Amino acid sequence: MSLLHLAILSPLLLAIAIPLLYKYFRQIHTGWFVLPLPIVLFIYFLQYISLTREGSAMIKSIAWIPSLDINFSTKIDGLGLLFALLITGIGSLIVLYSIYYLSKDKEKLNTFYVYLLLFIGAMLGVVLSDNLIVLYAFWELTSFSSFLLIGYWHHREKSRYGAQKSMLITVFGGLAMLGGFLLLYIMTGTFSITEIISHSDQIFTHSLFVPALLCVLLGAFTKSAQFPFHIWLPDAMEAPTPVSAYLHSATMVKAGIYVVARFSPIFAEDSLWLSLVAGFGIVTMFWGAFSAVKQTDLKAILAFSTVSQLGMIMSLLGVGAAAIHFEEIDNSYFTVATTAAVFHLINHATFKGSLFMVVGIIDHETGTRDIRKLGGLISLMPISFTIALIGAFSMAGLPPFNGFLSKEMFFTGMLGVAEMNILNLDTWSALFPIIAWVGSIFTFVYSMIIVFKSFTGKYQPEKLDRKPHEAPFGMLIPPLVLAALVIIFGIFPNILSETLIAPAMMSILPGFSFDVHISFWHGPKPELFMTLGVAVIGTILYLTLAKWRGVYGLLPEKLALNRFYDEGLEKAQYGSFRLTSTYMNGFIHTYLVYIFTFFIVILGTTLFVKDALSIDTANVAPVRFYEVILALIVAVSAISILFAKSRLTSIILLGAVGYTVALLFVVFRAPDLALTQLVIETVSVALFLLCFYHLPEISRSEERIRFRMTNAVISIGIGAIVTLIALSAHSTKLFDSIAHYYVENTYEEAAGKNMVNVILVDFRGFDTMFEITVLGIAALGIFTMIKLRLARRKEG
Amino acid sequence: MEILMAFVIGILFMAATYLMLSKSLLRIIIGTGLLSHGAHLLLLTMGGLKRGAAPLLGEHAKAYTDPIPQALILTAIVISFGVTAFFLVLAYRAYQELGTDNMERLRGTERNE
Repeated sequence: MSLLHLAILSPLLLAIAIPLLYKYFRQIHTGWFVLPLPIVLFIYFLQYISLTREGSAMIKSIAWIPSLDINFSTKIDGLGLLFALLITGIGSLIVLYSIYYLSKDKEKLNTFYVYLLLFIGAMLGVVLSDNLIVLYAFWELTSFSSFLLIGYWHHREKSRYGAQKSMLITVFGGLAMLGGFLLLYIMTGTFSITEIISHSDQIFTHSLFVPALLCVLLGAFTKSAQFPFHIWLPDAMEAPTPVSAYLHSATMVKAGIYVVARFSPIFAEDSLWLSLVAGFGIVTMFWGAFSAVKQTDLKAILAFSTVSQLGMIMSLLGVGAAAIHFEEIDNSYFTVATTAAVFHLINHATFKGSLFMVVGIIDHETGTRDIRKLGGLISLMPISFTIALIGAFSMAGLPPFNGFLSKEMFFTGMLGVAEMNILNLDTWSALFPIIAWVGSIFTFVYSMIIVFKSFTGKYQPEKLDRKPHEAPFGMLIPPLVLAALVIIFGIFPNILSETLIAPAMMSILPGFSFDVHISFWHGPKPELFMTLGVAVIGTILYLTLAKWRGVYGLLPEKLALNRFYDEGLEKAQYGSFRLTSTYMNGFIHTYLVYIFTFFIVILGTTLFVKDALSIDTANVAPVRFYEVILALIVAVSAISILFAKSRLTSIILLGAVGYTVALLFVVFRAPDLALTQLVIETVSVALFLLCFYHLPEISRSEERIRFRMTNAVISIGIGAIVTLIALSAHSTKLFDSIAHYYVENTYEEAAGKNMVNVILVDFRGFDTMFEITVLGIAALGIFTMIKLRLARRKEG
Repeated sequence: MEILMAFVIGILFMAATYLMLSKSLLRIIIGTGLLSHGAHLLLLTMGGLKRGAAPLLGEHAKAYTDPIPQALILTAIVISFGVTAFFLVLAYRAYQELGTDNMERLRGTERNE
């Protein structure tokens, strides 16, 4: 148990103590007890920077299930450290923010912080695990704690809907990812990510490589809300705002990004990985930005903007991973793309976190998040406005904020795709910079909407529930810190490049050397003009928003992805209900038809497929006249039962069959059987007659069995199959009977002369004991059935 | 002889299946009765027919019939009797309580529930 393990597990340990702290310290907001932990963890993780700077990593392992190669091994390298710092750093700010956001008196703080701590621990586990199965376990724990946090206000219908939706989609992807992990294990024989990466060039040609790639990618895409799996994210906005800010912008949705970055060294050998990651990323980037503009709820805008930005990071990772695929050509474009991906990952966490917090403040202070009701808050909430302005301008990609730098590098990367045709997509590659540019224009438009629709314009106090005023200072600290980081990273980007970005890139692209230097001014390159174009066209579009908004009405409601999801779910439920109510109709006749048909089909096919059909007459006993008569009596009585009109006739015919069977036992030299059969047949027939006698009047009207073709076909089929199997089995005797042992030893060993009786009570006495038990149980059961009348007693 | 018996057994199974697929509960039980007869005869036939004297050592014969299938059948007869008796009383109680022996009317689930 190293300190690193303890760091990962410490949130889970603290989660155990939270309910007690909540119960016994009611005066203090529970969040204060939580706050120190992420801060301590953040400081703890900072010290690893000196380790990862040189590109080295630390691996610590403790055995969990060593026989299955499942060990709780942790690895801290550039990529893991970057995420760990994001998780703990933003986590501290979020906890601080939530202390002011959630009321001590109205909310159940114990459950909130337990879920949040579970999430922090799970997320740290995801990014620091080196074992695939442990990674998967933590991965599901993030889905699970996210589900709990989205449904935190579980009395609301929409919260429950959002929680269920996110659960279904992310768990679907998670299970696919588990499948991918198992395929990787089959290919490499190890669950350790480090070892799999060292084997990556060997598994490239394996037939399971592409299925594994697709499965892992499915998991990453669903978690990171990539098109078309992004639909859960806007509905997850029903969670409390600190949760949305933390999980659904800065951390959990980046778990998929993490997985793509982590597995790039394994899968990027295949160009399929590059095209899928880059292609889906760019589509998501555009679709998210396009959809964000039409939203009227601030959190919904931010949700779609998160989708869009995640798509942007994803496409950059796809382009960047081309460095692994094309080792021979000049790779400056790919490294720029990867730098941009890592840099934007940090930037997005800073500005999106601050924007979410500002939106939370607006919601908290005005009681609404609807941009149609908001406006003119600039004079009332100047600090929030400043923060929102910084965040939104950074998101739009304007200087001097950090978003500008990553957006410029994004354009560089996308232009590289078009120029060098690195994704093997031929003419499609030219679309990449165009889609990226158009997407950026929409990004600009919605960024402006967030700031200016809520803070400028006409103040509408009559539409607001409360009288708005500036938030308490404690609530403003976290977004202020993040906004400050936005500016610091914007002006001095190189404080990150050596410490965090380059080590993270060494994990994504192992074996490359980097000289990461983010320059603020590239000179008059095409990227700069693209940004200028974005700003100009974006401003025009924002100002004429009312005129072209109608464009969103053009897409028919039927094609909306949510509709697919909702109707799919409904149809799946309805369909399975219909299916079960079709074949489970409650008639015993139907079920018997299924069983018998299955019996005929399986046995019949096996007989023919295995070519087992054979008739061998060499080994049969001679036929004698009176035996034939007896056999015919059995057959004729059995068949006449079918045509008997009265039930009494059927019972007597059954008795006739039974007595004739007893006679056959006599003929076939089985005296004990004959005796038993005679007695038992008599008792059975008496019982049948008892039943017959007690038939209620209504059904006394006797009738023949109504002829049905299916019944006839099935019963003839059963008869034929049994006959065929009996004949074939008799014709292929593989070995002799063991009867000679009993013949020799019945008297010697067991002191009896009746072999059947000796077998029953001596050689195989256990059978008899349980057969007696069966009779005893039957007798008790009959007694109980007749005596116990609970229903009637209740009525009486 | 075994071939003839195989056909007789096939007929017993056929009749039993047909009865079990009918509507009346009493006929279903008659069907199970026929089915157990068929199974017992099948056991005996597969053990081989008439390979010597009855399995009693007092006979002092050279060869005896195989005693094992007979012991198995004896067990099977008793068990099937126990089950049939239970089943019959169950049917009798069902008549008493529900007033019908029509399987189409004895249904666990309702359509359009």
